Amino acid sequence: MAIQIRNLSVRYGAHQALRDVSVDLPVGKITAVIGPSGCGKTTFLKCLNRLIDLQEGVQVSGRVLVDNEDIYAPQADLLALRKKIGFLPQRPFPLPMSIYDNITFAPRIHRLSEAELLSHINGLTTAVAQSGNGEVKPIGRHLDEKTKWNLLVENYLRLAGLWEELRGRLHEPAARLSVGQQQRLALARALAIEPSVILADEPTSALDPISARLIEGQFKLLKDKYTLAVVTHILRQARRIADHVLFFYMGELVESAPAEQFFNHPQHQRTAAYLSGEIS
Amino acid sequence: MNRRNEEKLAIGLMRLSLYGVVLILAAIMAVIVVKGFSAMSWSMITQTPKGGFYLGKEGGVANAIVGSIYLAGGATFLSLLISVPLAFALQKEYSSGRLTYYSRLALDVLWGTPSIVYGAFGFIIMMMIGLRSSLLAGIITLALLVTPIMTRAMEEIIRMAPQELKETACALGLTRLESSSTVILRQTIGGLLTAVMLAFSRAIGDAASILFTAGFSDHMPGSLLDPVASLPLAVFFQISTPIVEVQQRAYASALILFIIVLLLSLLSRWIYLKFSQNVIK
Repeated sequence: MAIQIRNLSVRYGAHQALRDVSVDLPVGKITAVIGPSGCGKTTFLKCLNRLIDLQEGVQVSGRVLVDNEDIYAPQADLLALRKKIGFLPQRPFPLPMSIYDNITFAPRIHRLSEAELLSHINGLTTAVAQSGNGEVKPIGRHLDEKTKWNLLVENYLRLAGLWEELRGRLHEPAARLSVGQQQRLALARALAIEPSVILADEPTSALDPISARLIEGQFKLLKDKYTLAVVTHILRQARRIADHVLFFYMGELVESAPAEQFFNHPQHQRTAAYLSGEIS
Repeated sequence: MNRRNEEKLAIGLMRLSLYGVVLILAAIMAVIVVKGFSAMSWSMITQTPKGGFYLGKEGGVANAIVGSIYLAGGATFLSLLISVPLAFALQKEYSSGRLTYYSRLALDVLWGTPSIVYGAFGFIIMMMIGLRSSLLAGIITLALLVTPIMTRAMEEIIRMAPQELKETACALGLTRLESSSTVILRQTIGGLLTAVMLAFSRAIGDAASILFTAGFSDHMPGSLLDPVASLPLAVFFQISTPIVEVQQRAYASALILFIIVLLLSLLSRWIYLKFSQNVIK
């Protein structure tokens, strides 16, 4: 799903957090959003699903087109928007319920119909097989509702690379998981609203290196089906996963370029300075 | 004084105040137990007063125990109906800063208002609508007394829920109400139930607000519209008599009240642990 940003500016009171940003996020790619802390990259990300609305005293101007609809238009449907966009926070916060319920919670709230449930399961089974996270046994025609939900949970946990670790613990409180597992659960939970876009705000900053690599691996597996935007302050992570890079500096979008070009032939002096570690 | 000794002194003072509090609590308990033990008996908690009105030398205070539980239980329930929506309404997701600032201020003033004022207020209202001293009037007055306590406690607990959790709920496409009634409620349920127990403990221990409004009686509470006995007032009336045996019964009544509050505190801690296993810290 295409996201086009036009003349986006954000102010917190007197502080200008973002200044006149215009850029498109490429579909089916991982876009890394990088820059030193306080450069506006998280603010930028939170503008894309209007999570920015939760901040106090914030003023947003400009347009963000998601699927050709301006999400800042007065008639914009925020609930529908957020259903299209999955979000991974900096520190994972499992919902205060079991692992199983963490996955089924949002689909139940969105009142997923039986038919949708079945079609999701079918689509997922294919996706899981393609992603190399094991194979779910093919499903019969007549399933009771509980079995369908079980399959849904299994599929999403497989997509997030968690199934093998957690299959016997589904009804334990999610709070008991390690932080690395919690973040992958947050990914599974975000996938369960069947979004087209995934936004991740420094998703590995609270994780150990091994869990971080697992998350990065999942992103690469998922990128064919989704548009991903990942905020990171780790340059090496951006190099590992990004197809496209946005570099922010002091609230301005300095450079937007394919990863290869960005890292090897930066067009702007400030990008080159940041890449070489002169500014941070 | 060097920095090490400074710290030692400060820690010593903190410990001293800790022991001080425990000591005072133990002293109160000791007085009640020693003075009330001789009058304590099985009939004290199973029988209504015998041998003349509520100052009776025989029988027990079963009517006051049941009356107190009715009064506090009714008031807590009534207050719960007001406090939960009020506590959520005070969150920044639902109301503007100015409105919540003044609402909190009002609740804090009400929290500090002496309970006799609530009693007098309840009494005036009763006079206006022609209601006499009764269980119902007592429940309503006590509900007014504990609502600021319950609301402020709940509101703080809800506000402490992590901002990231609210963002997560929002990002999943939940409405504010869905977020509050599912995610935030589950996150805070242990704390909210503690607030309920706090309110109940406050309600069951208050005497002044029910002095005119609930009245007193020597039999088991029957109707919402009849006067009802309560433990704090049983203590008050019994201890005001010149008869030593009846005064001892006051301490026994206080001991019963004390044990009820103690059990409630333990129960609320157990509830907190029981309902907090899903909580994200």
